[in-house]
Amino acid sequence: MSSTAAKETVSCTVDGIAFEVPKGTRMIDAAARTGVDIPHYCYHPGLSAPAQCRMCLVEVEGAPKLQPACTAEVQDGNVILTASENALKAREGVLEFLLVNHPLDCPVCDQSGECKLQDYTAAEGRPMGRLAEPKRIIGVDDFGGDVLFHGDRCVMCTRCVRFMREVAQDERLAVVQRGDKAVIDTFFGEGLEGNIWADNVVDICPVGALVSKDFLHKARAWDLDRTPSICPNCTQGCNITLQVRDNQVMRLKPRPNAEVNGHWMCDFGRLNYQWVNRTGRIEAPLVREDGKLVPMSWSDTLLRLANAARGQSTGVRSVVSPYAANEDLGAVRRLADALGGGSGVFRVESGEEVVLPGFPQLALRSDRAANVRGAELLGFSRAGDSTGMGGLEEAESFDGVILVLGDDLEDASADFGQRSKLFIYVGHVLGGAARNADFVLPSTTFAEMEGSFTNVAGRVQRFWPAIQVPGMSRPAWQILGVLLSGIIDIPAPARPGDAFATLGDLSPAFGGMRFEELGAEGQPLEYSRR
Amino acid sequence: MLSEHFGDPEARTLEGWEARGGYSALRKALGESRKDIIEEVKKSGLRGRGGAGFPTGVKWSFMPKDSGKQHYLLCNADESEPGTFKDRELMRWTPHQLIEGCLIGAYAIQASHCYIYIRGEFFEATQILARAIEEVYEAGYAGKDVLGSGHDLDITLHLGAGAYICGEETGLMSSLEGQRGEPRVKPPFPAVSGVFKKPTTINNVETLCAVPHIVNNGGEWYQQWGTEKSTGTKLFCVSGHVQRPGNYEVPMGFNFREFIYDVCGGPPDGRTIKAVIPGGSSVPIMSADELDVGMDYEAMISAGTMLGCGSVIVMDDTTDIVKQVRRMVDFYAHESCGQCTPCREGTAWAAKILRRIEDGWGTESDLDTLVEISENMTGKTICVLSDSAAAPITSSIEKFREDYLALIGAGTVETARSA
Repeated sequence: MSSTAAKETVSCTVDGIAFEVPKGTRMIDAAARTGVDIPHYCYHPGLSAPAQCRMCLVEVEGAPKLQPACTAEVQDGNVILTASENALKAREGVLEFLLVNHPLDCPVCDQSGECKLQDYTAAEGRPMGRLAEPKRIIGVDDFGGDVLFHGDRCVMCTRCVRFMREVAQDERLAVVQRGDKAVIDTFFGEGLEGNIWADNVVDICPVGALVSKDFLHKARAWDLDRTPSICPNCTQGCNITLQVRDNQVMRLKPRPNAEVNGHWMCDFGRLNYQWVNRTGRIEAPLVREDGKLVPMSWSDTLLRLANAARGQSTGVRSVVSPYAANEDLGAVRRLADALGGGSGVFRVESGEEVVLPGFPQLALRSDRAANVRGAELLGFSRAGDSTGMGGLEEAESFDGVILVLGDDLEDASADFGQRSKLFIYVGHVLGGAARNADFVLPSTTFAEMEGSFTNVAGRVQRFWPAIQVPGMSRPAWQILGVLLSGIIDIPAPARPGDAFATLGDLSPAFGGMRFEELGAEGQPLEYSRR
Repeated sequence: MLSEHFGDPEARTLEGWEARGGYSALRKALGESRKDIIEEVKKSGLRGRGGAGFPTGVKWSFMPKDSGKQHYLLCNADESEPGTFKDRELMRWTPHQLIEGCLIGAYAIQASHCYIYIRGEFFEATQILARAIEEVYEAGYAGKDVLGSGHDLDITLHLGAGAYICGEETGLMSSLEGQRGEPRVKPPFPAVSGVFKKPTTINNVETLCAVPHIVNNGGEWYQQWGTEKSTGTKLFCVSGHVQRPGNYEVPMGFNFREFIYDVCGGPPDGRTIKAVIPGGSSVPIMSADELDVGMDYEAMISAGTMLGCGSVIVMDDTTDIVKQVRRMVDFYAHESCGQCTPCREGTAWAAKILRRIEDGWGTESDLDTLVEISENMTGKTICVLSDSAAAPITSSIEKFREDYLALIGAGTVETARSA
């Protein structure tokens, strides 16, 4: 090893595994590299480390005292023992101390099943408690916003206080009192109301002290299925986990991605998921027969539609949803091109942009839909106002083919599409002017399909299906791809990757990208050409 | 030396202090190099009088040289260890002794600003010090260009709000910055990143009071008292069951038994000494048969306890040891800042168990639990408050187990009701 390299890295062993880490690496991070999870409460990779929970104490050979792994930096030659007799005894001690005042109300606590106190106690705690004294009672406090505080469950890790101070940079929480009377509190009833980052304190609370009112008693953690996804509610594209029980999305949780959202997400995105669970979805393809929409099989529907569309050359006006996947939007573009081309628009609600001060690459973006960038790159232009209304003038009176994807046409005039030769509606619900369509094709939402969004910074990120599709709904890229193969003789895409692979033909930005290589954290556009 | 002018109101004034040789050490120091002053203090063997006994000159030498940053000297006058009242008397009677020490110390470590963080309850000492600081500013001993030396030495008196933990040096820094008085993790050490994230040295009042004498007379002169490793004289605060409680300045290494029985007059007539706490409530308790030991840092450690800040609490045979320990642990539970789990939960839990034992509802297994809780509270936290609460518990159970056992099983309906 050269002398310069020797300066930059230090060698150590963690539980007997020898390896090198960059100089300045904290022991807890070094251990994580070898797959050793050192139990901890106050440490959080997105926050400062006060080393106060004393849970991560490890033995370092030659050191007189146990060291807090969250602040102690690895020195060259350190022999770190995370599971020595002394370290285990210290952790057992801390766990016993934490349970002195912690109520054993796991059966009614929302955190149960994903609680660090529960997990560590089960793994390393004493089999029986020795406490014979009464516990301290603090009770429940409404912190405002979506946050409810169960003081008795608090382990005083102060992650929430530090999040509000360091990341939200809006100090609304503080420790008051001291000793075992110390408690997290708000300032004079001001609370967390109005800060859109507040719910992150619920995520980082290692126990059930801070819980979400929205999720309160809705599901047990172990009953939830978790699927990696992308928040659909603005162009930031926060990486999230969709948490589902009984085919209903119960909550959204941020999924760490250092390039996009760190460990965080905003309350606007987090709490705006009910539409995914809405009922009244279109469950079967509908075809207009004698003036009425009648359900039909997919094969009959698409055969009829292909026949109706083939030979149309008066062009297409399309209206798409900025919540639609890149693959869906590409399929619309390709179909429109096959039918003589024509302009397409999307409509999006917009509002104030709110930056997270301690992690400024994350903001609630002003465009409140996930795939505005993707729509723009694939040739759709913005129409309508900031409420996502209007802008349909060109499409509504068009006399060629009208193709609508995902836009519910709520505000469209009653005769929208009446003059068209062919009106195809691909969407989730049937209402308003969508009822004028000749063909109604039920499609899936982002939560029901595999696909990708392109975020505001030009990062293409994948999402995965979390819930069952309603009825006969299919992803739009699949519906339109099969339709296109019936109009012009090309193979239909079988997988979302096939649909994604065609995007490069429509926009050079996507050129050379491969769906399978996007991974769980996405890739910037044109990454393969850099 | 330190207490020479106790009881002499004239020594409080600048004029009176100058007449007693005051500020000659400051004049001398300003004419010397900083290195020489630090070397002289190192040579004297002076050790921190706040309890830890760290060599003062060595501590000063940790400060960066010519760093270009603002340096600070903090004087820890937040004397709040139960049983301690030496700094209060030093400030009440000889405020200029402290201020002179502060100014010399600040000069030596290139600090242009010294804060004296004084305990909130010390109203009288605060007024006396505040007046003395006004005097030194008027006389040009402090402020811009002190005595024409070209050095600025500011001195600020900061009144605490009455939390024990703010006497812990990093807790003191947090408090001075306006934060909650919570100790911080070391490293970084104060000499690297202290108050306001600047290089800082923190010294106890008594330590700084000794500095002018060392500067005036030299390090070797100071070594004439005490033992090889514990040099000089020290103030001992004696309280409890002795005939003559009070502050005594004796050379380090003085025989402890002789001190208690001869100097302080021993226990009241007809009583015998049962236990002694030699260094403030944070140190292990000694039983009466362990007193043949020198009053210096090393000897006390080899006797299984610590010299601490020299606060001697004497308890005679009428003392209820369990009650005393419970009172002390209550104090620590009340004063724990609440950051570290073992301290926050351990002190309060131990206090509850001790209360139950005191009320007669304890069991023998409670003693084992207490010892184990104490073990889990020792050496596991950011500061040593938790260790301080554990020390009297373990040492008293070890040395006075019979006292505990006598209470076990003595519970009555009345004590149950009051519990």
